[in-house]
Amino acid sequence: MTSAARSRHRRSTGSRWLVCAGTIAGFVLLPFLALLLQAVQGSAGLWSHLISTVLPVALRDTVILLSGVGLIAAVVGTTTAWLVTAYTFPGRRALEWALLLPLAVPTYIIAYAYLDILHPIGPVQGAVRWLLGYSSPREFRLPDLRSMTGCILLLGFVLYPYVYIPVRAMFLTQSANLIEAARTLGIPRRAIFWRVALPLARPAVAVGVSLALMEALNDIGASEFLGVRTLTVSIYTTWVTRSDLPGAAQIALALLAIVVVLVASERWARGKQRYSSSAQRNRAFEPRRVSPAKGLLLFATGLLPILVGFAAPAAYLVVEAWKRVEFAGLSPRFLIEAVNTIGLASFATVMTILSGLLVAYAGRLRPGAASAWFLRLSTLGYAAPGTVVAIGILIVLGTFDRLIDRTATSWFGISTGLVVMGSSAALLYAYTVRFLAISAGGIEAGLSRIPLSFDHAARTLGQSKTGTFRYIHLPLSKAAITAAGLLVFVDCVKELPATLLLRPLNVETFATHLYGEAARGTYEEASIAALAIVAIGILPVILLARLGRVSSP
Amino acid sequence: MIPAAKNPALELRHVSRRFGATVALDDVSLAIGSGEIICLVGRSGCGKSTLLRMIAGVDTIDAGLILLSGDEVSGPSAFVEPEDRKIGFVFQDYALFPHLTVEQNILFGLKGRPKETVADRVAEILDHIGIEHLRTRYPHMLSGGEQQRAALARALAPRPHILLMDEPFSNLDRGLRDRVRDETLSLLKNLGTTVVMVTHDPEEALSAGDRVVLMRAGRIVQTGSGYDLHDRPVNPYAAEFFCAFNKVPGVYRQGYVETAIGRFAHRLDLNEDSPATLYIRPQGISLSREPADLCGRVHSRVFLGDVEQLAVKVEGLEQPLLVRTMQRLAAGTDTVGLVISPESCLAFAAE
Repeated sequence: MTSAARSRHRRSTGSRWLVCAGTIAGFVLLPFLALLLQAVQGSAGLWSHLISTVLPVALRDTVILLSGVGLIAAVVGTTTAWLVTAYTFPGRRALEWALLLPLAVPTYIIAYAYLDILHPIGPVQGAVRWLLGYSSPREFRLPDLRSMTGCILLLGFVLYPYVYIPVRAMFLTQSANLIEAARTLGIPRRAIFWRVALPLARPAVAVGVSLALMEALNDIGASEFLGVRTLTVSIYTTWVTRSDLPGAAQIALALLAIVVVLVASERWARGKQRYSSSAQRNRAFEPRRVSPAKGLLLFATGLLPILVGFAAPAAYLVVEAWKRVEFAGLSPRFLIEAVNTIGLASFATVMTILSGLLVAYAGRLRPGAASAWFLRLSTLGYAAPGTVVAIGILIVLGTFDRLIDRTATSWFGISTGLVVMGSSAALLYAYTVRFLAISAGGIEAGLSRIPLSFDHAARTLGQSKTGTFRYIHLPLSKAAITAAGLLVFVDCVKELPATLLLRPLNVETFATHLYGEAARGTYEEASIAALAIVAIGILPVILLARLGRVSSP
Repeated sequence: MIPAAKNPALELRHVSRRFGATVALDDVSLAIGSGEIICLVGRSGCGKSTLLRMIAGVDTIDAGLILLSGDEVSGPSAFVEPEDRKIGFVFQDYALFPHLTVEQNILFGLKGRPKETVADRVAEILDHIGIEHLRTRYPHMLSGGEQQRAALARALAPRPHILLMDEPFSNLDRGLRDRVRDETLSLLKNLGTTVVMVTHDPEEALSAGDRVVLMRAGRIVQTGSGYDLHDRPVNPYAAEFFCAFNKVPGVYRQGYVETAIGRFAHRLDLNEDSPATLYIRPQGISLSREPADLCGRVHSRVFLGDVEQLAVKVEGLEQPLLVRTMQRLAAGTDTVGLVISPESCLAFAAE
């Protein structure tokens, strides 16, 4: 019988997928292991030096920054979410999606924009002085933005959507029954928020705040422009200005410790959220009509974070970019940067999506402890700040390059130098490690919506495992793959810290160009690059808004 | 009992499968003749669906042997991938591919065959099943019954050696279910298809299959015709699976089971004076107007439409006897006489 002969390779197809998934998980794990190893190997004297000098300041600043940003994001996110779900007023629908817009503005761009907007001789301060009757910045100026307070405020106003999204979803899906029950139990309308809605939303707030804080930890531009010396900034300067890799690795380890705390609290909150949302199936929440005057007040309240977090900086960028284009046109340098940015992001997206597909599909073909672990390990990078990943990759590829160099020198008498590190491979590696969670997670979620009986049906109808993947899984998870691809692409475009550390010599992207000019205090062409990043950043916001509409009444 | 054919279409020899600590299948052996319709029945978790998946090859076996038309497809020396087994499968949720039309779903299983024959085959199967008008529709545009027929057409189109069906009617409404089942089974009979069907519904099992295989905890309890399983169950589990019996404790003496409500002749492989249980079908007890040897007080009554179910308290029995009768009792009737027909009784050693 022919089929019997064909079948000697019993589970080989599934095994091949599993091996691929394992390899990918290994590659993701590698930089973290290298970091650990490097940090442990660093001399003991270095640790004590670090503890006495860099670490105390960096840790203090990081903790203060995180506390402040967490507080602002929680308050703004929860308030706005309640506003648009509990009340109905003219403009509510628009606010619902517009509140997502600050997601399009990376932290370093908001800092860059506001440094100029609020400059002592800038438009806002000038207007304030004119109003108050002062003539020179020497007589009157607003408190300097370059401070911890300024940094906290700015980060809080771009990162609050991370809280807004889960909390709004919670209010939409959870509260209706419980709020009605509370009303029948004698709780007045005005007390509902404090007595029922807020306690209910607590897990969602925790999830959102941890995500916002991971973003804040990842930030390098805003903190540095505003003079806040966080751990992330310390890692960067330790490596770039002092070339001290073990030192950078050790600070990175301290940063990772904070990340672990954040991830743990997020997991814990998610666990609670799942518990409470499975408790009952709910109708949508019926928002309450309010008087026109109160409606206007609510609208203005909801508008404020959008103005601060998106409209003002975006308008500023548009104006500045327009002036620049009027004055000098688009320089060839801008076009090269565009090619670099889009090219690197596209390559990284393809790599990340392919890896995500492999990891997620291996889990479907060979469900079990191994594939589950591979999936978990490959998503390790989602919480790790770009600097941490970059330092880890520097160690790995540096070792690898030295190995090649030594081999080449001893065998052929040629020194190869830093082949891999000098190429874009390092950067693509970093992007993949950072964003594989988005792709693997999204694709896995998409695949899990396809019933297993489809696989079996396709197999009994004569398709192999690979054919089943091609004709059933791929077409049915197209939407999930596309969405994941878009998110990864945009995140690659926005990514700053890893790009700064790992880009090949003289290769500039939009983000690094902007960083360079802001760090030097020049603002020549950066506004065009910033505007381009924000424009690309709006794409996933549109996607999110459309997803949100499905669940909203 | 219909004897299994000499050259079985499907044969299982000592098949076992465990998932972690749970034994899903434990030494299952079964032979199915060509053209036979077999019903695998049992409570959920008894291993019937697992067995179906093993036959299809979408899951592997730990020990034993599965032969299709005499060829080893799962076993120590070979494993034939499901796509090479020539098996049709109708799933409980139908598993119609949502991105393909009914016709494309059917074509899915005909890939790689000559174009002309494929078109003929699609037309033929659509005609057989009576769904030509659904050809260009997508699954979400079909009713439950239409989806079931589309799934059947898709499974039959490649002319499988054997058709496997996993609870194929359980997703249909009750009225529709009986009709679709009758139509499907008579169609399959006419086509001479070999069918293994899984169900958890005892009535469906008794009515649908040439042979019924009752399973429990990964083992086969009894195999036989519907009459065999219903009338001559081999043990209390099989008995109670198909009928809600009255159980009356008694003692086995000289070929009789002696109970508080009389002696009943039964040959049991038991020692004298060992405890035995008498099983009486509720419909095997009739009410008598004349004075009877056995009397009881009506404890409760439930009107079910065609029949009425009475619970009758009888002296000497802890539990009231359940009686299913088509006779109408006058309202307020208190005491009734009962006649038990001996052929509606079974007896087993006390558990």
